[in-house]
Amino acid sequence: MRNLLPVLTVVLVIIAVWYLAAVRLNSAWVYDQAAREGREVMLVDLLGETLVQERPVLPAPHQVAQGLYDGVFGQKVTSKRSLVYHGWVTLSATLLGFVIGSAAGILLAVGIVYNRAMDMSVMPWAIASQTIPILAIAPMIIVVLNSLGVTGIVPKAIISAYLSFFPVVVGMVKGLRSPDAMQLDQLRTWNANGVQSFGKLRLPSSMPYLFASLKVGVAASLVGTIVGELPTGAVAGLGSRLLSGSYYGQTVQIWAALFAAAILAAGLVGLIGQAERMVLQRMGLAR
Amino acid sequence: MSMGSKQSLVPVVAGLLLFGLLVVSGRWIGGEVPRMPGALRMLNLCGLWLTAWFLNARLAGSGSAAARYLVPAVFGLTLLLLWERAVGMFAISPVILPAPSVIFAQVMSSLPTLRADFVQTFVKGALSGYVIGSGAAIATAIVIDRSPFLQRGLLPVGNFVAALPIVGVAPIMVMWFGFDWQSKAAVVVVMVFFPVLVNMVAGLKATEPMQRDLMATYSASYWQTLVKLRLPAAMPFLFNGLKIATTLALIGAIVAEFFGSPIVGMGFRITAEIGRLGLPMIWAEIAVAALAGSAFYGAVALIEKRVTFWHPSQRS
Repeated sequence: MRNLLPVLTVVLVIIAVWYLAAVRLNSAWVYDQAAREGREVMLVDLLGETLVQERPVLPAPHQVAQGLYDGVFGQKVTSKRSLVYHGWVTLSATLLGFVIGSAAGILLAVGIVYNRAMDMSVMPWAIASQTIPILAIAPMIIVVLNSLGVTGIVPKAIISAYLSFFPVVVGMVKGLRSPDAMQLDQLRTWNANGVQSFGKLRLPSSMPYLFASLKVGVAASLVGTIVGELPTGAVAGLGSRLLSGSYYGQTVQIWAALFAAAILAAGLVGLIGQAERMVLQRMGLAR
Repeated sequence: MSMGSKQSLVPVVAGLLLFGLLVVSGRWIGGEVPRMPGALRMLNLCGLWLTAWFLNARLAGSGSAAARYLVPAVFGLTLLLLWERAVGMFAISPVILPAPSVIFAQVMSSLPTLRADFVQTFVKGALSGYVIGSGAAIATAIVIDRSPFLQRGLLPVGNFVAALPIVGVAPIMVMWFGFDWQSKAAVVVVMVFFPVLVNMVAGLKATEPMQRDLMATYSASYWQTLVKLRLPAAMPFLFNGLKIATTLALIGAIVAEFFGSPIVGMGFRITAEIGRLGLPMIWAEIAVAALAGSAFYGAVALIEKRVTFWHPSQRS
């Protein structure tokens, strides 16, 4: 709460700069129009005409808010112009992929922690894969799966699963290894078997690491889905809204889709943060 | 020790022999016309995988120093071998999955194109954007470091923005800065700015009160303290952010090309070849992107090693 005032100030400054930039960037068009009609441009006209254009270079914040509101509430949910519809297309693929990817990641992490050969073979590749722009293969996966007859939600889900997979593996391995030798020895003196020491020590102590990597993973999943929507020729989803907006110069549509994606990402990360708080509180780790 | 290693050598030799046998027989089973039923081909592939895994497990268990590099190398090579064999044995169409040998041949035959794409996307787009973006982030961090109010306001916003799908600004940047590399660099600037900013601000806070007091007793000015104490102390944090940003830079530059580009560039080539189902070329571009990404990360990590040699994580 004590950060509220500074954050609000920064946000207000950003909005003010945004308005100024909108006036500045859109003014060229206004001057052009005025010169053609042979009239002078007063400051009032400039302000009035730069902030309400149909296809501005930079839409003003209220135009984006208007576009967002129209997209969410102004249409029927099933309409092709509804952001709820497109958002749902993106969200469903993201969630499916994220669940598959993080489940597989957790399983692989358990394997890595308990099997030395697996650790030494897979772990360097898992870490190296984080330095590779995996997103570049997204269009290829989509097109190859399309040519195999797999369409719809599955190809996008595969990409988002792939993107959330590696952060979860790396984070979960770190988490499962976080108990120190003293704690592991303690369990040994209690004659705990492998399953018990996993369930009662390793798994609980991995939770903070798991949630941190789940947050990274879900953000990556969403980006993967959006990029996965680009090559199929703008059919449905927030990515296709971005692409069709950029084809037809509909800047307001691009910005509205961008903010819809941002809200979606913030919501997903927030949900995981909430789950994290609940789990950690239940385990007595949170303050 | 010597007894143990002698006894354990027998299964290893047997495994190696079996592996060689499977490789040779796989050649015979596969080939131009599949001569054997699918079950046998499947058996051959599974056998290859299992023997390689067994050898790897022995290698990992040996505890020798070389195993650290050998085990992942064997694992990677086995995957490549299985990929090559599977494509050959089951006659998988190159439109779906080209064999590694085909991809390698493609890389070798189109080196000039790949180099032009690499220069356009990596050197012009990603690298210039990376330098501008992280430079701006470092400068901003030093400026807002003097104001706790700005820090409390900017950091939550920065953390929030860092989690957003920022590649989405690509169409906007392409609209503003045109199709050439400038728009790609702009996307990269926006993408790398916030991770570097957040890490740099954290780094500037990383000095101990005792160390700052010592500088105060030397009557060091703000700038002296900054240059001699706080900037060096911030380096481990800064490099953490810079390493994250390497991947983001390459992703930003490639994805921005999906929204429009001149007829050169890695992202352009990928989209163009998709239309013609030129999968080997796409895989070649991906191989180049993977190499460039790892090399970029490795270079930053190497500089980190030189700069933060004093840090506990770099010693030993």
